Amino acid sequence: MSKAIHTITSSVVPLHNENVDTDQIIPARFLKATSRDGFGKNLFRDWRYENDNEATPKKDFVLNNPIYSGSILVAGKNFGCGSSREHAAWAIKDADFDVVVSSFFADIFKNNALNNFLLPVVVSDEFLNKIFEAVEKDPATTLTVNLEQQSITINSTGASEQFDINNYKKTCLLNGFDDIDYLLNIKPAIEAFEIERI
Amino acid sequence: MSKTLFDKIWEKHIVQEIDGGPSVLYIDKHLIHEVTSPQAFAGLDKRGIKVFRPKQIVATADHNVPTLNQHLPIKEELSRLQVDALTKNCANHGIELYGLGHPYQGIVHVIGPELGITQPGMTIVCGDSHTSTHGAFGSIAFGIGTSEVEMVMATQCLLQSKPKLMRINVEGELNKGVVSKDIVLYIISLISASGATGYAVEFAGSAIRSLSMEARMTICNMSIEMGARCGLIAPDETTFSYINGREFAPKGEAWENKLAYWKTLFSDADAVFDTEINIDAKDIQPMITYGTNPGMGIGVSQHIPAINEVDTKEKASYEKALQYMGLQAGANIKGQKVDYVFIGSCTNSRIEDLRMVASFVQGKQKASDVEVWVVPGSKQVEAQAIAEGLDKVFETAGFQLRQPGCSACLGMNEDKIPAGKYCISTSNRNFEGRQGPNARTLLASPLTAAVAAITGEVGDVREFI
Repeated sequence: MSKAIHTITSSVVPLHNENVDTDQIIPARFLKATSRDGFGKNLFRDWRYENDNEATPKKDFVLNNPIYSGSILVAGKNFGCGSSREHAAWAIKDADFDVVVSSFFADIFKNNALNNFLLPVVVSDEFLNKIFEAVEKDPATTLTVNLEQQSITINSTGASEQFDINNYKKTCLLNGFDDIDYLLNIKPAIEAFEIERI
Repeated sequence: MSKTLFDKIWEKHIVQEIDGGPSVLYIDKHLIHEVTSPQAFAGLDKRGIKVFRPKQIVATADHNVPTLNQHLPIKEELSRLQVDALTKNCANHGIELYGLGHPYQGIVHVIGPELGITQPGMTIVCGDSHTSTHGAFGSIAFGIGTSEVEMVMATQCLLQSKPKLMRINVEGELNKGVVSKDIVLYIISLISASGATGYAVEFAGSAIRSLSMEARMTICNMSIEMGARCGLIAPDETTFSYINGREFAPKGEAWENKLAYWKTLFSDADAVFDTEINIDAKDIQPMITYGTNPGMGIGVSQHIPAINEVDTKEKASYEKALQYMGLQAGANIKGQKVDYVFIGSCTNSRIEDLRMVASFVQGKQKASDVEVWVVPGSKQVEAQAIAEGLDKVFETAGFQLRQPGCSACLGMNEDKIPAGKYCISTSNRNFEGRQGPNARTLLASPLTAAVAAITGEVGDVREFI
């Protein structure tokens, strides 16, 4: 299920839209599963297909454009706003992305992504534009995201930026640990807290 | 040291702090529903563990349930399987379930408050972003993802970083025809759909204090639509008298003890916020959205921004939104034809909302080419509406009074708005496709929705009252 993240080098899928909400990432009518698998095929469903039909892909949508591929999704600001559905993070991960880059993420989405070993990388507006420009010039442009060093680099130009992540989450991602493991380990402290507050 | 309301509650729930990382936050109440819980239960089963504190969880079925013929088995197979999974999981883990047919069933954010489960000073979570609703009682309440649902089930705790704090003060008297939905749509239009991301927002000021609990819930409900982690309002006499006597409210001596504590829950006079915004109530008009995020709102009598009034950086998304909505930059929104009216959702489906609509609609008929759905927030709201005869008012007007659920707010069940149709909706999100593929949503108050139901178009309620 979960896997550690260290360094990822990949070409990117550029999604210029801002305020991409989780209803776009995975529409509510596809939330009726009881497992975490298989959401990737409905990722961006209504932007991807004409009349909700897989036989008629919308040609101008980036996921349908074969010149763009890779495990890094780059999107405009305020990515993941709206509904708390973790299915959005599952769908992106299930579509084989490991990193989402944006200049701003909605809170709940960011937590959901981290809990699924999908790394949200926050960059400046300027750096985001540099990525979009580089990819526009050459769709084969690759980025390298180094979690240990907290750096993101556009390999064709060498432009690089540092990104923030809290130390605890970084350790989790580097080692493949999740929050539940951590919390289960401190259960005696939780029980003591419950008794003390009565 | 002086403290904010948020600080006072937060500090009481910290089990541990992690160096350079989040805090271990204890959760008092966990609300669950059929859509975001099955994978969490499956996670527990996989680890071979049981729910840690089942008595602190309350479950209901709301997101995908039909709003007609709830006594029959759910026709849609996947929805039925999800509801069945919830029933089985709750039985297996000893969790109280108010499922379909139960007199307490309803939208999770409607039933928590009306049953007295939601109380001041609590930490409350649910796998639903509109959990912020419960903050109206002076609690820290926020939406979480399914992995976090699993964490709370397993340990009654979450790892959380403390958000920054914002206070939004709304002072003065509200204009005629302006209700709490207008206040919150106005705030979001001012600060944008991401204007409070990273913040917990306290709503304060005389205009907020003057509101009923139902109206306060509408405001806190939509704090997530400005990006906030949660919204909260200091509890006061209005809060206490709302809670007193409800099913799960403390009774007798326990009530007195709780009440004494609740009265300490307010931001101290010199408490410091990271950001503070002051709003004059008289600047707020009846509001409506014209775009595809809740920040794209205007007064119903104002025009949709012209292209040259839009920030250069925003132009691309602005044009995309208007194209989706089939609306013209610079045009008036008043007079826009609507096809559907949806009165419901965790934002505006409480008894006060239904009364507001009924009092406007009384003795009137809906426009002939408009379909109107009134979806009460809970079985209790439905029963109350019938007891007060509101069902007759709606029936006479040609409205459909349906059964409780999330319904057309997110179109997970059959209640979808057809492609290209305009729906004036008392819900909380006007995202592309939210109410159905290519559906066009105009968010507004129950009063403005009632005007549209009667006239068939967007109108200014002030011209009718």
